[in-house]
Amino acid sequence: MVAAGLYLRRFYTIVRGEVLVLPSRIIVALFFIILLGLPLISQNPYLIRVVILTSIFAILAASWDLLSGFTGQMNFGHALFFGVGAYTSALLNIHLQIPPWGSVPLGALAAVLTGLIVGIPCLRLKHTYLALTTMAFPIILMGIVFALPDFTGGELGISGLKRISNSLVGNYYIYVVTMLVLCTVMWKITDSHTGIIFHAIREDELAVKASGINTTRYKLMAFCLSGFFAGIAGGLYAHYMRIAGPSTLEVSMSFTVVIWAVFGGIATIYGPIAAVFILFPFLEFVRFWPEYRMMIFAVVVLLILLYMPEGLIPWVRDKIEKQCPRCKIRNVATRNTCRICTAVLD
Amino acid sequence: MNILITGLITGSMLALLAISFSLIFGVARIVNIAHTAFYMVAAYCIFSLTGKFGLNPVAGMMIAVVVVTVFGLLAYKFLIDPIREHEAAVLIATIALAMIFQEAVMLIYTGDYRTVSALIEGYFIVMGVKVFYQQMLTFGVVLAVLGILWVLLMKTKLGLAIRSTAEDREVANLMGMNDSRLAMITMGISVALAGFTGAVLAPLTVLSPYMWMEPLIIMMAVVVLGGLGSIKGSFVAAYILGFTEALVVFMIPKGAFLKGSVALTIMILVLLLRPEGLFGISFEEER
Repeated sequence: MVAAGLYLRRFYTIVRGEVLVLPSRIIVALFFIILLGLPLISQNPYLIRVVILTSIFAILAASWDLLSGFTGQMNFGHALFFGVGAYTSALLNIHLQIPPWGSVPLGALAAVLTGLIVGIPCLRLKHTYLALTTMAFPIILMGIVFALPDFTGGELGISGLKRISNSLVGNYYIYVVTMLVLCTVMWKITDSHTGIIFHAIREDELAVKASGINTTRYKLMAFCLSGFFAGIAGGLYAHYMRIAGPSTLEVSMSFTVVIWAVFGGIATIYGPIAAVFILFPFLEFVRFWPEYRMMIFAVVVLLILLYMPEGLIPWVRDKIEKQCPRCKIRNVATRNTCRICTAVLD
Repeated sequence: MNILITGLITGSMLALLAISFSLIFGVARIVNIAHTAFYMVAAYCIFSLTGKFGLNPVAGMMIAVVVVTVFGLLAYKFLIDPIREHEAAVLIATIALAMIFQEAVMLIYTGDYRTVSALIEGYFIVMGVKVFYQQMLTFGVVLAVLGILWVLLMKTKLGLAIRSTAEDREVANLMGMNDSRLAMITMGISVALAGFTGAVLAPLTVLSPYMWMEPLIIMMAVVVLGGLGSIKGSFVAAYILGFTEALVVFMIPKGAFLKGSVALTIMILVLLLRPEGLFGISFEEER
């Protein structure tokens, strides 16, 4: 009892000293608590469905950010990884009867391979060339899918996949926990040594090369990592919708991912996730106005970008927090002195 | 013969679109995803002008091009210009713009397929294949416009300004060229050309709110294949891809599904051998 009390007290101190001091950390903590506690409050199937889909797309948007936001390799064909993940796990599930816990990781592996296949030729290209070339790959794959209707189901796709879990709440927890874990992993990656190199490649590739770092290897690694996470998202999507169709490869899919990520703020990981959690439910919310739905979506995105070209989340973060000029630690915007080094904030 | 005609028509359309796309990219570094959306708007403009108001088709075409140009300039002034330093944001803005056009067209004209009547009816037969006068007319007009554009770019002062800004914006600025005004003018020319393509092509295709997607992809493939910013490259690449598409459609069963794939595969193969495209010059890395 005494030991437990001690731990509890330590936990409380950590929460007070590290989490409650910054509004952004409070928001992240609240986000975790609300997502994990949601089924206890409401078990509305529609709500649960929206949150599950949002989680899947949050993984996808964050994985785009990992590749394009961090290393600056603009990928306009992110649907390729998503589609490969979805189709591979669907084919494995239908033809080889592999259960979802096996087919989703295998789908992700297939997406990693695709990342390698796409990455090796594309790394010779730069900037706009790269963006426009990557856009071509999902369309090529889509042509193949349509040309082989016996194997891939053509326009109708592959349907009748197994659910991951048959209970509503069980399904919810599997998806949400996967999303939280994967996104934390991605955030950790970008915070690590590798993440710093990714940042540096975007800012000045020549300087990174001059420091003796093999940038090609790191760029390829970014392609594979991003492909892995997007592939998992694709597999999860296929098993949730119980169908893998050509819509997962569409150009609009690639574009939507880019919209989410840029709207939220690139090179942040949390930005795209927040953007998906804002925009996707918003899109569902305006569903009662079906004919104006996409119009409103586009107008909102356009207006927000006009005033916050850096993205929504970095803008909000700059408003509620400021950086200490001396020790570079973030503080609440209401403070006058830094919470660590007591330097005066401006 | 069928292949030849389809290839020529598709190629000329792609050439116009690709050249106007690379114009604005060269001068202002704007990747204008909404480019083919302007082409769609022009086609729909003609549809309602000639269909609903019963205007003369030629007058309809003129008005459509003007309307589209005005749209383009307004969009540039109020949506793209304020955020031009943020490349990613410009990109998303143009995507959003294209979506807005698509939805607006969807609302006004619904998703039904529409057709526009030809300027000249009738056809003649060459080697057992029908050649519509409209097809010949489109081809001729496109060539004429390409010629005018060439004269504009190579022989006038404005063309010189556009070319030099595309090559090196800072130096061009130092030489007294008004960068932002030039970007505005180029945007106008570029969008007008897109609108013009839509106008001459409208009688030959089926109009739908999603008609901007497919040409967009192939147009980008053309631009990349020919080398960004190279007008000669875009011209050659447009006909290469136009003929490839026609060949695939007529030669391979189920070719219609594969035409995009084959064209894009060619693009990727060429890029593997020459990363800067057929006629592109590899720029010094910008830092």
